[in-house]
Amino acid sequence: MSMSAIYDAPGPIARRRARIASIVATALILALLAWVIYLLASPRVSANGARTPGVFDASRVDILGDPAVWQAVVGGLLGTLQMAAVAAAGAMFIGILFSFARLSDAPWIRTPTAVVLEFFRGMPILLMMLFILLVLSTGPFWAGVLALAVYNGALIGEALRAGILSLPRGQREAGLSIGLTKFQTRMQIEFPQAFRQMLPVIIAQMVVLLKDTSLAYVVGYHELLRSVTNMQNFFGNRYLFTLFAIVVVVYLSVNLLLSWLARYLARRSGSRTGEVAMASVGAVGAESA
Amino acid sequence: MGAIIESAPLYLAGFVATLQLLAISGIGAFLIGLLIAAFRISPIAPLRAFATCYTEILRNIPLLLILFFCAYVLPYLQVRLDFFTLALIGLTGYTSTFVAEAIRSGINGVPAGQAEAARSIGLNFRQTVTLIVLPQAIRTVVPPLINVFIALTKNTSVAGAFFVPELFGATSRATRDHGDAVIPLLVFAALLYLVITVPLGLLANAIERRVTVLR
Repeated sequence: MSMSAIYDAPGPIARRRARIASIVATALILALLAWVIYLLASPRVSANGARTPGVFDASRVDILGDPAVWQAVVGGLLGTLQMAAVAAAGAMFIGILFSFARLSDAPWIRTPTAVVLEFFRGMPILLMMLFILLVLSTGPFWAGVLALAVYNGALIGEALRAGILSLPRGQREAGLSIGLTKFQTRMQIEFPQAFRQMLPVIIAQMVVLLKDTSLAYVVGYHELLRSVTNMQNFFGNRYLFTLFAIVVVVYLSVNLLLSWLARYLARRSGSRTGEVAMASVGAVGAESA
Repeated sequence: MGAIIESAPLYLAGFVATLQLLAISGIGAFLIGLLIAAFRISPIAPLRAFATCYTEILRNIPLLLILFFCAYVLPYLQVRLDFFTLALIGLTGYTSTFVAEAIRSGINGVPAGQAEAARSIGLNFRQTVTLIVLPQAIRTVVPPLINVFIALTKNTSVAGAFFVPELFGATSRATRDHGDAVIPLLVFAALLYLVITVPLGLLANAIERRVTVLR
């Protein structure tokens, strides 16, 4: 709903009031920002009386010129992207399998799949990573990849299932009536349409997956956060804030770029697609870690 | 099985801590999210901009980074709080953005004609919002909101990686103590999470079926 529908076009008094409120709000927000920056910039006195300079002090940011830092950033980013790419491919594959099994005609396939899906969707990814790491002893990379692939595969499977179910019945009937088998109908008629319809949701889920690769930090994988913050062992503890800030900026730029791309694709693929996809976003898109 | 019984006190403490994290940060996130959603539909442009920046930034940083910030960077900046409180702050802030988005999309889902009709029969802004828009928005907001809390339940596990002895932290300790019974210990922990998430999911579905308005 466009917001202007809630209130009348403002008259002179309301406009003046809105202007005053805007000025007050701006002042408050700027004051808040200034306070945070002041707190960060002011030097700190620790419990034992030692003074440490504020976080914008030159002694804390002088590592920005050191190529070793940027090597760690690039290496960590590559590690993150590598895990995300492999896990995304795996999640697609597992998602397709799940959606087919969940819609199978045979109850002995359908029902266990529903239970397994519920199981995978209801438990934390971290627990799954720990499970794969300890039980399959795969090492951190594959523990992260497999856990992310299974978890996101379960979500993508549900999205694809919703997409297939939302197709008009006539699609399937037409496929069967021209002599395709049930499997051929699903592969050649239903799935391609469902996939296109759910593409925005799937892409949104991939953005979430990229964010979730950071969880592999816990199982010891050298993703962006670990490889960059590890640099403090090398440069010294006083750079922790600077190094952390670098990681935040990199994550923010990558994620905002991808979110923007996902929204662009959703808008481009037409309004009907967007509608169905958005209806299921409540179930899928909210489940991010 | 023996390993589970031996670790039972650990699990119980972890489960209680997880429920505490869920309840406190859930309520906090709901209140802050409500405020941010109100900012986003307010007629005052700076508040809208502030709320947009808040949600876009916090939502696009991985939760792990936020909790890392709370557990390592805040104490480093000499904020003296225990790890449980720090994790609560992180979880609350992160979840509040999803609450705000769920509420906002619920309000956006009310057709413009409803508000226009309300205004054309002479209701003012407050009446339009409280009598017409919000009652309809709440129906579409509740199921996604429950999904947010399901996600929060699973997200509390990340706090376990930052010195909070909740269910995930307790599990990883139990697996270190009983290296020979890793599978039952981990499956048991997963079942404890499912005890929270599955009923919430069923609740969301039931509410969704009951309150859906056919238009």
